[in-house]
Amino acid sequence: MNSQTFAKIAVRVYLGLFILYMLLPLAIMGGAGLNNTRFPSVYPWVGFTDRWFIDLWNDQRMWGSIRNTTWVALAVVMISVPIGTAAAIMLNSVKPNVRSFLYGFMVAPILTPGAVIGISTLLFWNSFGVSAGLYLSVLGQVSFVAAYVMLLVLARLQSFDPGLEEAALDLGASHGQVIRRILVPHLYPAIIAGAVIAFFQSVENFNVTLFTRGNSDTLTVYVGSKIRTGITPTINALALLLITVTVICAIVYEVLRRRAAAKAAALVAAED
Amino acid sequence: MQELIRRYGISLSVIMAAMTAFWLLALVVIPNLVLFKFSFRLYLPVDQLGGPNDVYTLKNYITFFDSPIHINVFFSTIMYSSMVTVICLIVTYPIAYMLAKVLKPTDTATFFLILLIPLWVSEILRSFAWFIILSAQGPLNALLAGIGLIEKPIRWITGFQAVVVGLVYAYILFMLLPIYNAIQALDTNQIEASQDLGASVWRTHWRVVIPHSKPGIASGCVMVFMLCAGSVVVPSTLASTNSRWFTEIIQQWMFEGLDWNVGSAYAFLLLALCIVFVSLVMRLLNVRLVDIAK
Amino acid sequence: MSEDVHLSQISMNFGSFRAVDNVDVTIKPGEFFSFLGPSGCGKTTILRLISGFMEPTEGAIKIGGKDMRGIRPNARPTALIFQNLALFPLMPIWENITFGLEVRGVPKTIRRAKAEELLQLVDLHDSADKRVSQLSGGQKQRVAIARALAVEPKVMLLDEPLSALDLKLRQHMRAELRAIQKRTGVTFIYITHDQGEALAMSDRVGVMSQGVLQQVATPQEIYNNPTNGFVASFVGENNVFTGRVKSASDGVAVFETPKGDFSAKLGQNISVGDVSKLYVRPEFCTLHREADAKANSLMVEVSEIAFEGNFVNVFVKDRSGDTHMVQVQNDPSVPPPALHSSCHMVFNPASCMILAEAKAGRTGH
Repeated sequence: MNSQTFAKIAVRVYLGLFILYMLLPLAIMGGAGLNNTRFPSVYPWVGFTDRWFIDLWNDQRMWGSIRNTTWVALAVVMISVPIGTAAAIMLNSVKPNVRSFLYGFMVAPILTPGAVIGISTLLFWNSFGVSAGLYLSVLGQVSFVAAYVMLLVLARLQSFDPGLEEAALDLGASHGQVIRRILVPHLYPAIIAGAVIAFFQSVENFNVTLFTRGNSDTLTVYVGSKIRTGITPTINALALLLITVTVICAIVYEVLRRRAAAKAAALVAAED
Repeated sequence: MQELIRRYGISLSVIMAAMTAFWLLALVVIPNLVLFKFSFRLYLPVDQLGGPNDVYTLKNYITFFDSPIHINVFFSTIMYSSMVTVICLIVTYPIAYMLAKVLKPTDTATFFLILLIPLWVSEILRSFAWFIILSAQGPLNALLAGIGLIEKPIRWITGFQAVVVGLVYAYILFMLLPIYNAIQALDTNQIEASQDLGASVWRTHWRVVIPHSKPGIASGCVMVFMLCAGSVVVPSTLASTNSRWFTEIIQQWMFEGLDWNVGSAYAFLLLALCIVFVSLVMRLLNVRLVDIAK
Repeated sequence: MSEDVHLSQISMNFGSFRAVDNVDVTIKPGEFFSFLGPSGCGKTTILRLISGFMEPTEGAIKIGGKDMRGIRPNARPTALIFQNLALFPLMPIWENITFGLEVRGVPKTIRRAKAEELLQLVDLHDSADKRVSQLSGGQKQRVAIARALAVEPKVMLLDEPLSALDLKLRQHMRAELRAIQKRTGVTFIYITHDQGEALAMSDRVGVMSQGVLQQVATPQEIYNNPTNGFVASFVGENNVFTGRVKSASDGVAVFETPKGDFSAKLGQNISVGDVSKLYVRPEFCTLHREADAKANSLMVEVSEIAFEGNFVNVFVKDRSGDTHMVQVQNDPSVPPPALHSSCHMVFNPASCMILAEAKAGRTGH
C-alpha cells in the first residue's frame, strides 16, 4: 500500500471518527430517553419504554417554558431582522473609516460573553423600570442576534448592483419604491436566512437568558434547572425529540439542495 | 452619510440611522457603560442611595483581589479555556483542511450538514450528553469495564477534566467553521506549487496554508476561548466541588448574594479578560478586527 | 412631445478637478445629438448632470425652458440607458419594461398591454415573460430602450450603450436606434467615444476634450470643417505637417514647413506668423508620377501597402523619413504604385486645413 492510498484512508478514518465523536453522545443521550431506568443511561438496557415521553407530555411547566421560548424567539426575530437589515444597508453606504468604526461596535456583541450581555442589559433597563423577565430577555438577545442578521445581509449586499437603484430612480420610483421593489427582493435570501438563524439563536440561548429572565422559564433555562435538581430521562426524551426534528430538517434540506443542484446542472447541459 | 441620503432619500435614511442607533446605543454601548459604572458603586439598601455612602469606589474590585479563592478560580478559568482552545485547534485544523481541500464539494456540504445537527441541539443538551456518558453509572465506565480495562467505575466527573471534555465538545465547531472558511479561500494552486517545488507536507502547511488561514485561526481561537471563559452551562453541569468556574462566581454574586455591584465588577473583569485575549491574539497572529468575523 | 435641452454654461468641479468646463449648448427637440470624445473628456459627467444624479457646480440645465436645479432624478422628464443596462434581474421582461409605469400606479392590465406594445416597437416578440438572463446582448439593449420609452420621457440619455456589443451587432443596433428615434421623435442625447457611431447616427455632434466642448456641428461639418486640431485628429484620419503661417489672403494661407511650402485653408484663431499644424485627410491625397504645380506636392517613396477591402491604404515616406498615408479606392484596374517606387503625394489646397490646438477651458490649461 503506497503513501497515497494510506493518506486517503487516514483522511476517511479521521473524518469518520470525528463524525462519530460528534454524533455518538447525542445518540446515547437520545437513547437514554427510551430506556426504562430512572437514571438516564443506555447500559444496562432494561427495556423500551415511552413513559418518559408521557411524563414530558404531562409536564406543564415545560409547556409553559416552550410557550415563553417561542414568544421570545418570535419577538427577537421581529425586532432583530429589521434592525440588522437597516444596519447592513447603512453600513454599505457610509465612508470606509466610518464603516470600520461602526462595524466594530456591531460585531462586539457576538464576541461578548453572554453573561456580560445579560448583566449589562439587566442593569441598564432596570433603571427604566423594565424588570427581569421575558421582555428583558428579548432586549438582551436582540443585541447580538441583530449582529448575525447584519452580517448575513451585508454579505448579500456585496452582490448588489447599485446601478439598479439608479435605474429605478431614473424611471420615476420614489425611494421607498426603490427599496421595496429593487433592494429588498435581492436581499430576500439573506433576510430569510437571518430570520431562521435569529429564531434558533434565540431558542437555544442560555447565558443571556439566564441573567435576564427573572422568574420566567424558558426552555433552555428550564432544562438547566432540571439537570441541577432532579434528573429523570424526560430530559432525554426531550433531547431525542429535538434531535429527531433537527435530523429530519437536515435530511429535507439536503434532498432539496441536491434536487436544486441537479436541476441547475440539467439547465446548463441543455443550453450547450 | 451623504451617500446614504443620496441613495435612499432623507426620511428613510433617518429611519435606518435611528434603528441602528437604537441597537448600538441602547442595546450595546450604554448597557456596557452602565455595567462599568455599576461596578464602581456599592450595593446599598434603597434608603442609602444618593447618600454619603454612595460614592465611586474600587471596593468591588478589591473584593476580588482580596479573595485568593476567586483569583484562583479566575486563573483556572483562563488556563483551562486556553487548554480547550489549543485542543480544538489541533483537532480541527486537519479536519478543516480535509473538508476544504481534500473532499469533493458535495461531500463537504453533506458533512457540514451532519455536523450542524449537534449545533442545533442546544449547548445545554450537549453538555448533558457528556454528563450521562461520564457519570459513574454511565456507558463509558460500562464500556471500559466490559473490555476489562478497569475493575470498578472511575469517577470521571471530578476536577476539571470533565469540564474540559464538555467544553471541547460544545465549542469545537466554532473553531472548525472559521478555519474551514479561511482555508477554502486559499487557491489550491498555491498548495500544489509548494509541493511541486519539493516541500514536504509539514512544510507546505507551515509556510503556505497556515499563514493564509491566520485570520480563520484567530477567529476560531477567539470564539472558542470566549465561549469557554464565559460558559455557564457546561461548567455547572460537569464541574464538581473541587472545580469552580468564574461564571459560577458571577452567578453567585448576582442571584444568591443579590449584590449586583460586585457581580457587575466581576462581569467586567470577565469582559476585560476577553478584550485582552482578543488583542493578544490579534497581535500574535497579526490580524485586524475586521478579519475576525464570520 | 419632446423638448429641447439647454446646457447653460455648465461647469462641474470635483474638488480641484474640473470635469466639465463652461459647456454651453442647446439641443433641439427631437434631435439625435451625440457627445463625442475620449474617456475622461467629461461626457459621462454631462449625462449624469442632465439626468439629475449630480448638480452642476456652475450654470443651469433647462429642459423645455424649465430649470432643473433641485429636481431629483425621479422627477426629471429624462430616461437614462445605463452602460451596463441595469435591467432588474429578478423581474420578468414585461415588468422590467413597465417598471416606470408601475411606480406611477398604473394598473397591471394596462401595463401588460403597454409592455407588449413596446416590445413590438423594439422588435422583440414573445419575450414578455422571459428573464433577463435568457436574453442576448442585443435583446437586452432593446429591453433597456423599451423600458426607457415606457415612461415617455422628453429626453432619452444613452451612455455608450453599444460598447459591449460585437462589431456586426453594433452596426445593426446603430440603425435600430436611429430608426427608433425617428419613429418616436424623442430627443436623444448619446455619448460615445466611437466616432463612427457618432457620425453615422447623429443630427449633430458635440466633440469634447478635457471637459471643454470643442465644436458643435453636423457630422459633415465636423468631418469636413473641424474647427481645431483636436477635432480634426479625433475624427477621421489625418496627415499632419508642422510649420508656420508665412502669409495669408482671403482665408487661403501659405504654410511654411521643413518639407516645403504648402497652400491651405486658414482655420480660426490663427494669424500670420503663428506656428501651427496643417491637416489633410488621406482620401484627399493622391499619388502621381509627376508633381502638380497647381496643388501641394511632396516627393515620397511607397513604404507599405495595406489592403483594407473597399479601399487601399498606401503608406509613403518622405525625404525626412516621416510616414504619411494615402487612401485610394480599391480599383483592380488601377493598382497603386509599386512598393519602394518613388512618386509624388499631391493634395489640393482646398482640402488642407491649418488648425489651432484644442480650445482651452475657462481656467485655461
